[in-house]
Amino acid sequence: MIRIEGLRKVYRVGEEKIHALRGVNLHIGDNEMVAVMGASGSGKSTLMNIIGCLDRPSDGTYFLDGQAVAKMSPNELALVRNEKIGFVFQSFELLARQTALENVELPLIYSREAGLTAAERTRRALEALERVHLTDRVTHRPNQLSGGQRQRVAIARAILNKPSILMADEPTGNLDSVTSHEIMEIFKGLHRDGQTVLVVTHENDIAAYCQRVVRLRDGHVLSDLSIAEDMAGRKAG
Amino acid sequence: MILTPYFYLQAIKLALSQIWANRRRSVLTSLGIIVGVASTTAVIAALTGLKANVLKEFESFGANRIFVFPDRPDNAPRNKYPREKIRIKPWEVKELQESCPSLRAITPVTEIGLTVASEERELDGISIVGIWPDWHEAENRRVIDGRVFNQIDERDQRQVCLLNQAAIDALRLPEEGVGSHILLGGRRFLVVGIVETVQARMFGMDGSTGEVFVPFSTALKLQPPEFFLRVVALARSAEVSEEARAEIQRTMRRIRGIQPGDPDTFQVEVIDRYIEQFKTMATGITAVAGGIVGISLLVGGIGIMNIMLVSVSERTREIGLRKAVGATPSAIMMQFLLEAVVLCLFGGLIGVLGGKVAAIGLTFIPGAPLKHADVPLWAVGVSFAFSAIVGVAFGFFPALKASRLDPIEALRHE
Ligand SMILES: Nc1ncnc2c1ncn2[C@@H]1O[C@H](COP(=O)(O)OP(=O)(O)OP(=O)(O)O)[C@@H](O)[C@H]1O
Ligand SMILES: [Mg+2]
Repeated sequence: MIRIEGLRKVYRVGEEKIHALRGVNLHIGDNEMVAVMGASGSGKSTLMNIIGCLDRPSDGTYFLDGQAVAKMSPNELALVRNEKIGFVFQSFELLARQTALENVELPLIYSREAGLTAAERTRRALEALERVHLTDRVTHRPNQLSGGQRQRVAIARAILNKPSILMADEPTGNLDSVTSHEIMEIFKGLHRDGQTVLVVTHENDIAAYCQRVVRLRDGHVLSDLSIAEDMAGRKAG
Repeated sequence: MILTPYFYLQAIKLALSQIWANRRRSVLTSLGIIVGVASTTAVIAALTGLKANVLKEFESFGANRIFVFPDRPDNAPRNKYPREKIRIKPWEVKELQESCPSLRAITPVTEIGLTVASEERELDGISIVGIWPDWHEAENRRVIDGRVFNQIDERDQRQVCLLNQAAIDALRLPEEGVGSHILLGGRRFLVVGIVETVQARMFGMDGSTGEVFVPFSTALKLQPPEFFLRVVALARSAEVSEEARAEIQRTMRRIRGIQPGDPDTFQVEVIDRYIEQFKTMATGITAVAGGIVGISLLVGGIGIMNIMLVSVSERTREIGLRKAVGATPSAIMMQFLLEAVVLCLFGGLIGVLGGKVAAIGLTFIPGAPLKHADVPLWAVGVSFAFSAIVGVAFGFFPALKASRLDPIEALRHE
């Protein structure tokens, strides 16, 4: 599903070169649920953005479902983002003037599927909202929703087009711990239904919802272990 | 990348909701376009009204009427074209009558200044006009009582005349007029008919001026040998009036033996031409108005560009998000272009409505020849087309800027 080899990312700030990723290798299979951890500045977001086709690597290869993403044009990347990637952000990124339902339908505006009727679009959006347990708030606007509810709308939007991979960069970063666990339960539920999930987090108890933990340090993969091994290592270390 | 109809629907919906959400800003921004479109529409409406008025007057005057005058070529020495050579002679009119198939009627017209008198009054300054019977058709003025001149009147230079109502009144003739006698330069003339009063109130003529008509040959007899003569003719229809004009010109040049390359010694005027001239003038004014609009649309366009740039930077995060969920650069570009176009069309709509109101206002100006002022449909179309073009032209740069935003950076924008 995801096959990354020798991935590098260099940012140029004036004369200075910042090596955000220094040769990352990563394979993620179908229906895995993986946590990405690491200190601040270790390159987690940079990696997520490249996997999410929002950014391009400076070097290395990235295959998503067998497609060489690194060589794609901006239009092809947009299509991949629309059809294969579901991205959830720390700060939700909902459109303030639109209802929850409209926010969830957003990816369909840019979809290749021309023949969808309004009823079908609504049905699909409602289905997605159902999977995040939010069918009772569909006509609410973001400012009428709690943080957890907003993030659930954002997750519904991300899974609308049945993406190959659902990615979340610190999805619980703006939420209290109870709500964080509710959100992680939703991810877990989606994973149980077959969704591949990739989550960035700083917290071990959030990572505990995953089966596998990838730790980054300074743009390198420090460790890539199952959750049990990772926990054992932590206790030992 | 193909954008679906659903995309366009949503983009237009979004554009409208943006305008509505920022309605005060939208109105202020499109003020340039509103004022530009409103003022042109008003000018076009005024011109349309003026044109309708003028055309109506010309029409009542007869659009297919043709005049032939003697004319000395411009800047030509007097001795090369003496008066005798350029003046129109009666036989030339006969020749025109024979040689111009596009004419329905033709008549020489000559005016003589003689005292006109009845038993009651003696008047100066009434024009005595020598005419052929064709004159009635050429000038579209019938005899409403009595009869027209006949062949014998013309051949025998009989002393008969026609009057209009004003002349009858001025001379204090008995009610019916026909059968009375009047004196023209001391000679006794029998009044054989009454000519209907002139309808067209143009070129200083109206029904209050007394007129006396005599057979053309009779007028020549009364005339000093050096007389002035012009020709009035009527083309078979307005469509062939230009053809008739050409026939007259050709015939006159032939019978006067004017060499190719030499100028005409006469002038042929078709009323149609005045209409054309007026239309040319109106087109000129429209073009000038168009230029003014161009400038105000330019100013308006800069306002639109400015506000679109503001909109792009205000909505940077939104653009980033849209890109993250799959919007291509061209989709973002199209959306902002549509927004600029919708904003301009909205300005254009208000402008057209303003112009329409101004046009209605114009029709109420007392005394102005603008009773028919109205905004023609084509002007509405042109206004919207121009507004849309301004939207595309000035929305392009902001839209390009939006489409080129990097999704990550856009999402990081505060
Ligand atoms: N646009 C950029 N320009 C320059 N340097 C950047 C840019 N984005 C990230 N970096 C740098 O790359 C490195 C990795 O950043 P990244 O955001 O991936 O870290 P992170 O692991 O997500 O950190 P955090 O946990 O704080 O979110 C950092 O040193 C950061 O300063
Ligand atoms: Mg980060």
